[in-house]
Amino acid sequence: MSEVEPMQVSAGELARAAQNAVQAEAQPTAHARVAARDVNVYYGENHALKHVDIDIYNNEVVSFIGPSGCGKSTFLRCLNRMNDVIEGCRVTGEIMLDNQDIYSRDLDVVQLRARVGMVFQKPNPFPKSIYDNIAYGPRLHGIAAGKSELDDIVEVSLSKAGLWEEVKDRLKEPGTGLSGGQQQRLCIARAIAVNPEVILMDEPCSALDPIATAKIEELIDELRQNFTIVIVTHSMQQAARVSQRTAFFHLGTLVEWGETEQIFTKPRDERTQGYITGRFG
Amino acid sequence: MLELVILILLVLCAFGYLMARSRAVALATQAGVRNHSLPAYHGAFVALWVGLPAFFLALIWLLLQDSVIDQMILASLPADMIAGLDASRESLIISEIRSIAGGQVFGQPEPAVLDAAARLNTWASLAGWAMVAACTCLALAALVVTRRKLSPSFRARHGVERIMDVLMIACAVVAILTTLGIVVSLLFEAYRFFERVPVTEFLFGLNWEPQIAIRADQVAGQGAFGAVPVFLGTLVIAFLAMLVAVPVGLLSAIYLAEYSGPRFRNSVKPILEILAGIPTVVYGFFAVLTVAPAMRSFGASIGLDVAPNSALAAGGVMGIMIIPFISSLSDDALNAVPRSLRDGSYAMGATKAETIKQVLLPAALPGIMGGVLLALSRAIGETMIVVMAAGLIAKMNINPLDSVTTVTVQIVTLLIGDTEFDNPKTLAAFALGLVLFLVTLALNVVALRIVQKYREKYD
Amino acid sequence: MASISMPESHDWLSESARQRVQRRHAADKRMRLYGLAAIGLAIGLLGVLLVSLILSGYTAFVQTKVPLQVTVSPEQVKPDNLERGNYRKLVRDAFLDLMPVEMSRSEQRDYLSMLSSGAPFLLRDRVLADPSLVGQTVEIMAPLADPMDQFHKGIIPRDVPEEQRRVNDVQIGYYDQLVAEGLVSTPFNWALFFSPDSRFPELAGLAGALVGSFYALLVCFLISFPVGIAAAIYLEEFARKNRWSDLIEVNINNLAAVPSVVFGLLGLAVFLGFFGLPRSAPLVGGMVLSLMTLPTIIIATRAALKAVPPSIREAAFGIGASRHQVVTHHVLPLALPGILTGTIIGLAQALGETAPLLLIGMNAFITSAPGGLTDPATALPTQIFIWADSPERGFVARTSAAILVLIGFLIIMNAIAIFLRQKLERKW
Repeated sequence: MSEVEPMQVSAGELARAAQNAVQAEAQPTAHARVAARDVNVYYGENHALKHVDIDIYNNEVVSFIGPSGCGKSTFLRCLNRMNDVIEGCRVTGEIMLDNQDIYSRDLDVVQLRARVGMVFQKPNPFPKSIYDNIAYGPRLHGIAAGKSELDDIVEVSLSKAGLWEEVKDRLKEPGTGLSGGQQQRLCIARAIAVNPEVILMDEPCSALDPIATAKIEELIDELRQNFTIVIVTHSMQQAARVSQRTAFFHLGTLVEWGETEQIFTKPRDERTQGYITGRFG
Repeated sequence: MLELVILILLVLCAFGYLMARSRAVALATQAGVRNHSLPAYHGAFVALWVGLPAFFLALIWLLLQDSVIDQMILASLPADMIAGLDASRESLIISEIRSIAGGQVFGQPEPAVLDAAARLNTWASLAGWAMVAACTCLALAALVVTRRKLSPSFRARHGVERIMDVLMIACAVVAILTTLGIVVSLLFEAYRFFERVPVTEFLFGLNWEPQIAIRADQVAGQGAFGAVPVFLGTLVIAFLAMLVAVPVGLLSAIYLAEYSGPRFRNSVKPILEILAGIPTVVYGFFAVLTVAPAMRSFGASIGLDVAPNSALAAGGVMGIMIIPFISSLSDDALNAVPRSLRDGSYAMGATKAETIKQVLLPAALPGIMGGVLLALSRAIGETMIVVMAAGLIAKMNINPLDSVTTVTVQIVTLLIGDTEFDNPKTLAAFALGLVLFLVTLALNVVALRIVQKYREKYD
Repeated sequence: MASISMPESHDWLSESARQRVQRRHAADKRMRLYGLAAIGLAIGLLGVLLVSLILSGYTAFVQTKVPLQVTVSPEQVKPDNLERGNYRKLVRDAFLDLMPVEMSRSEQRDYLSMLSSGAPFLLRDRVLADPSLVGQTVEIMAPLADPMDQFHKGIIPRDVPEEQRRVNDVQIGYYDQLVAEGLVSTPFNWALFFSPDSRFPELAGLAGALVGSFYALLVCFLISFPVGIAAAIYLEEFARKNRWSDLIEVNINNLAAVPSVVFGLLGLAVFLGFFGLPRSAPLVGGMVLSLMTLPTIIIATRAALKAVPPSIREAAFGIGASRHQVVTHHVLPLALPGILTGTIIGLAQALGETAPLLLIGMNAFITSAPGGLTDPATALPTQIFIWADSPERGFVARTSAAILVLIGFLIIMNAIAIFLRQKLERKW
């Protein structure tokens, strides 16, 4: 990798160059699970996210890092069209899931959100039993053929989330009765239960203590085998621990993205350099 | 007489205020020091002590004056006239004497009664002057006493503020007094009722015919005071009202909270509130004028016999009145559900309707239940709609096309009219009132508790 | 890890999956529709209510009248006894003058019954007010009796058989002739506002009820405004949080939800029974209403006091003001708009209360406006109740008209409250 290029080159071009290089190097045959081209987000008059291009590959963990308010959560919410819920929010550009435009007529947003699941910053289990929390998605989309299949789905999801042993005897108890870390794993299990292709996580550990955080990071690494994961985090250490690729956002633009190791050791853009060395953010 | 007292007191207060204020200044200048409190406070202190005790004396005097004079008049009547009379006969004589004293003479009253009337007028006028004198003396005494207290070191401001404290506490205690008054008066009169009619007959009897014999030899129906059909009628009409109000109110709240934009919400919500602001007598007339005849003719057209004062008409209109209670409280409950739950459900790929049905309504349920209970309590206690639109005969039936009567209707019809106070008919109204008060109180307490517990969960 | 594995990947594009999604979206649209329909139903019913009141009540705002030229002859009306003059004869003669045709006895009876039985009282009142009218000819606009009034307004139709209507063919004949001569007019029914209640619908008005309501509301305001504000200030600014203050709060919240009829029972037992205050008096009505309005004012005042930021209080304390001074000089003036708004709304509610006033007797038949607070009176809502019970058609229209008057007052009061709130509200 070369050193930081002179500033005449725009960040977008840099990113695209890096992207091609990485693509050629690391995954010569894989196609992008999620591909974004020239995505802009407007909140009313405010141009919150500018010209984002990025590819996310299968079975990898990508982390979005950057200072507060840089747009990483906003972009994350574009990927499952959760920005549709916000009044006055407008999204332009193209986002493809498995080469299918997520805004096209053929792809119902309800199905999209099952294929691209989300885990939130603060655990938000429904005021239902643990069983019903997990079963919520499968029931909605008619995934399970019958009760026994639903039971299986619940057990597998809770196991994959590393929660089965702890709650298998109290599935009927309310989900809100668990500890913070358990609730977050419950939310992860809930997202897994509809067998999504991509799981989006918006700062999933920021409301948890270090031990629970460690458990979740372990979980993310296991989940990588079956799912593609995009995680927004404001902890660089977490990004370094957990992700293969990292994207750095700043003031609404995607500054650069690439292999995690490269971003943290030899960043190409000096803004990235400034952020990871703690000069700002 | 009261106007005279007030006038005198106002004059004395003003005088006291001005006098005290200038005296305070004078005393301070004389001694060469500054006053502890502003002169205005000295003035206010004197004025308050002059005016308030005397004013309250006048009020109490007025409240008790008539009863005391009545007793004195009774005592002054010839012994053979008042021997062995019960309370109702005594009050009859008193009212006759009073009306004669007021200038209305009916027929040929006895000379003793005419004398008593003349005496009453004399005593009343004496009492009036006595009150003026007493109040004036009290005010003047206060003036003298407080004047002595004036000095530069006198903490007039504290004095005034202490008086204000006492007044404020008294006002706050009025709320307790009112509740106490309600409970005591209901219990008292209901007790007198239960002396004549056993509690078990009242609470469990199935026959409500309060037309009791006025005189022992009158051949009217014996009074029957079994209130179960009345309770049943109340429940039937309240149920019908909820049947109208809950679906309409809840669906309206759902639309306003989840589906509509802010402009629609801001214009529609006040219109729904108007329903709650219309006086109930208007609803009652509407039920009689339009709804009941419409139901009757509609029923006739499909072969059903609908009574002119059917429970359906009264209950339906009552339901319209209650809609805003349910829609407003449900709307608040739905809005209080945290955004994170909505986001979590949408992120799972649920439609709005699924989110509402499976996540929001269960989460908001305690608040909604609280609203429903409050609305139910209102429906049970509602009076005018049923007095005008529902029936008077108590029947043990739950047919909504038929007429029923409710607790509030019976309370009103038993008390409108010229029956005297001791009649078990009128006392029965108080027994019904007691039941009504206790039931609505219980509903309100439960509703409030549910809403509070629910608020804790999400705060 | 479990020994079972996830079920096969769900086929999102299958026909059954697509249909399922369509059904789910249809259910969403349906719920949206139901919600909108519910709102439409509620507003529609409100509209039906208002429209039916207006349709049945607007006719009462005009009254059918004929002009009578009455010569107040001194034989019938003795100047030394004006009260007992034979006004009936004078008025009847004047009415007969309008129809100078031959009439049989029964025809004459029919004709005379077309005139309101209260017309003589109108003449009497004119003469009593101005005794110099004796010997002169005076014109009075005499109302027609209620059946004729209803007939003229088209409420009693011509085309039903004679037995089924309250005006017979003879009367219709005379009526047509009077109309042809231009003698029948429908001026605005000022009597509705300025006359007291009467047995005759054509003469009945709301004067007594309006004055009674005014006195009752005045008493209610004079009691509940100071007491409510004082109690609220005490609870909000001075009271320590202990059992007593909790008890008072619980009491206030419960009182706000007690049925109005129970307050009527309280008034009956305590004010009329124990204290012996006069029955049907606006004073007692006002006292009962004040007990009902008190919780409203207390709650509104507390909210207004809470809305004043603590920084204001702290600044005042900082310059050495006592707590009383902080409250009266600084907090109270800032909270005043909210307090006024809450008071007006409370009074508007009190204006519409009927049940407690019925129980303390303000539903008697009273034919003159009350002179003072202790004279028997009715109030606007109880007058509506009385009229609603009366069978004559004329009272049906007047009941609706009275309701429209009541609603008019409520609209004005609420509009003032809203206006005040917007004008005087400060955004902290």
